[in-house]
Amino acid sequence: MSELHSSSHNQAAPSTSQWRVLLRDAFFTFILAWIVFGPITGLQLAGLEFIPNWQRPLLLAITVTLGRLLFLSALNTSWLKERLARSAAKESRAATVQSAQEWRKWLVVSAVAALVAFVLPFVFVDNSYVIKSLLLAMIYVLLGLGLNIVVGLAGLLDLGFVAFYAVGAYFLALGAQYWGLGFWSALALSPLLAAALGGLLGFTVLRTHGDYLAIVTLGFGEIIRLVLTNWLSLTGGPNGMPAPAPTLFGLEFSRVSKFGGTPFHEFMGWSYNPNMKFLFLYVVLFLVVALMIAWVYRLRLMPMGRAWEALREDEVACRSLGINPVVVKLSAFMMGAMTGGLAGVFFASYQGFVNPTSFTFFESALILAIVVLGGLGSIVGVIVAAFVLTLLPELLREFADYRILAFGILMVLMMIWRPRGLIRTRRPVFTIPESKL
Amino acid sequence: MDGHIFAQQLVNGLVLGMIYGLIAVGYSMVYGVIGMINFAHGDVYMVSAYITGITLSVLAFMGVQVVLWTLIIALLVVMLVTGVYGWVIERVAYRPLRGSPKLTPLISAIGVSLFLQAYVQLSQGPNPQGIKPMLSGAFRFWFGSGEEQFFQITYIQTLIVLVAMASMLGLAYLIGYTSLGRSCRATQQDPKMATLLGIDTNRIISTVFVIGAVSASIAGFLVTLNYGSFDFYIGFVVGVKAFTAAVLGGIGSLPGALLGGVLLGLLESLFSGYISTDYKDAFSFSVLILVLVFKPSGLLGRPAVEKV
Repeated sequence: MSELHSSSHNQAAPSTSQWRVLLRDAFFTFILAWIVFGPITGLQLAGLEFIPNWQRPLLLAITVTLGRLLFLSALNTSWLKERLARSAAKESRAATVQSAQEWRKWLVVSAVAALVAFVLPFVFVDNSYVIKSLLLAMIYVLLGLGLNIVVGLAGLLDLGFVAFYAVGAYFLALGAQYWGLGFWSALALSPLLAAALGGLLGFTVLRTHGDYLAIVTLGFGEIIRLVLTNWLSLTGGPNGMPAPAPTLFGLEFSRVSKFGGTPFHEFMGWSYNPNMKFLFLYVVLFLVVALMIAWVYRLRLMPMGRAWEALREDEVACRSLGINPVVVKLSAFMMGAMTGGLAGVFFASYQGFVNPTSFTFFESALILAIVVLGGLGSIVGVIVAAFVLTLLPELLREFADYRILAFGILMVLMMIWRPRGLIRTRRPVFTIPESKL
Repeated sequence: MDGHIFAQQLVNGLVLGMIYGLIAVGYSMVYGVIGMINFAHGDVYMVSAYITGITLSVLAFMGVQVVLWTLIIALLVVMLVTGVYGWVIERVAYRPLRGSPKLTPLISAIGVSLFLQAYVQLSQGPNPQGIKPMLSGAFRFWFGSGEEQFFQITYIQTLIVLVAMASMLGLAYLIGYTSLGRSCRATQQDPKMATLLGIDTNRIISTVFVIGAVSASIAGFLVTLNYGSFDFYIGFVVGVKAFTAAVLGGIGSLPGALLGGVLLGLLESLFSGYISTDYKDAFSFSVLILVLVFKPSGLLGRPAVEKV
């Protein structure tokens, strides 16, 4: 590959000294790769014995060495150098501004996409697997939108976002068990509870910045999870507890009504479909997500949203311009938390029960990956990333085990090559029509 | 509150604290030099526990019987391999991000952490692994006359304290009295100026990562000897606790890491002995939050000056 490009660009072939450097580099890479992969992948522990498997590390080491050689020689060609320089220049330019014409184009595209997303589960009405996957993807869209407010817009790295998700989910389950709350009352109240908790967390961490803030939120998320795991008498501990299914004006979606009323399908005179519950949840969730998108979009135009983004760029400058960082940070935390709480209610109702293993740090990292891959601050990016990251592993079932491995590699690569995400943020602007000028 | 139980908790806490201190060194030095939280450090520790298990089983397979030789060879192998891990991780995932905004390397480090966990889980299987118990036995100290009134220090706990102290002293010498240590301190104070004075800061940063990984590997080795079992997920909680220790002692300070580690170990041990074992992790995380919010400069650290 390297020869091909160097010849097409009239570059001299690598001289002997260059070859020597390249070979030495390859040799060291091979040795290091061998040390790194050798013991862990080559000697699998089994009880007190081990099973040697020399092909795995050898294959990995050769792949890494060849990859590095190819990369290094490709880096020497002028073609790649140009590409890299161009992409770096593009990357360094700040978020682009959106013109009115582009905006109209986007509107059409997103309306079509929204219609497809809405209709899709009705097409697969008998396939509960598809409906459930889509529902889960939508829940992650909501979570991504919430974390996007905190991380993407306000620039506060929150590694404990899953705490609010857990609070929403457990609110539905606990509320049903102890106070007789249903899906709808939990849906209305959980955002308030989650926002209050978000405000509390935000107030505590007002004084911390950057990566310390990230670690504090991480600790907060873990504490919530540990309390949920260990408070056996209240939450049932690791065994979890049941969560109620949604109802429509008191009509249940089960085959036989639990509380003595008529079930939904009898009321409508339809035959029973076990997917009805998920379809209904999907429709409600779709509306909530649509509202959320509109709301976040409007917020970004408003002084509050602008203050978030200004705070992300430079806190000191913000203060000197009279923006109160306390209000700005607290509002970002509370709105993010609120969205997380909403998503939690949907998740609990979808799963039918909750337990603490759904709310580990990995979940926070996954939501963060959605926001990072989508491009910090970009709404469209978050939606696309949520669908890709939740549906792709479902489509590639054979590789499901490699999902986390791939996430890790993707996060590192994204930070190196596209720290602004795959879809770059577009900043909404007001334009005055030319006729009025 | 019986005297011997209290003494036993103190011993356990001290030993635990030494371990936290050894791991905290990696967080502390890396933060001191490039101002980043190496989120994957806990997982490097986890990898070293696996390397320990693998090396011990290979040594047993090769018929090495003498306990002393087994321990020395295993420790050296673990230090070498984990040191290489530290170097490679810095080179691949953090060096390309030098000079980018602060959160970028942190997210990259989270990626490395996820990668290491998945990588070990895929190659070694999700179930916990173990080693053959070694060096069983303990020194016992009696309190009063009762049969049960004693506390004990196992041989392995003694070994942990000795090895940890020796490593800390070695590290203190390395940082305080060698030219490499002088370069490290210079880079920590002012990387730009250090570069101007002819210090290869990239090399120093790599060295610091290797030092951090090697001290975490010593901790991983000792813990594996002590508890005998490990899985791919142990790095997360231990990592967060060691970070707590580093911040508690004052991040960037070497004696601070040890002090913070021992303090956290004692607190945690007393908490689980007298209040609740279930909530001991939650307790450590609360300590972390309190320290970060109210005294982010720690006990021995200098307060950070916000530059405008």
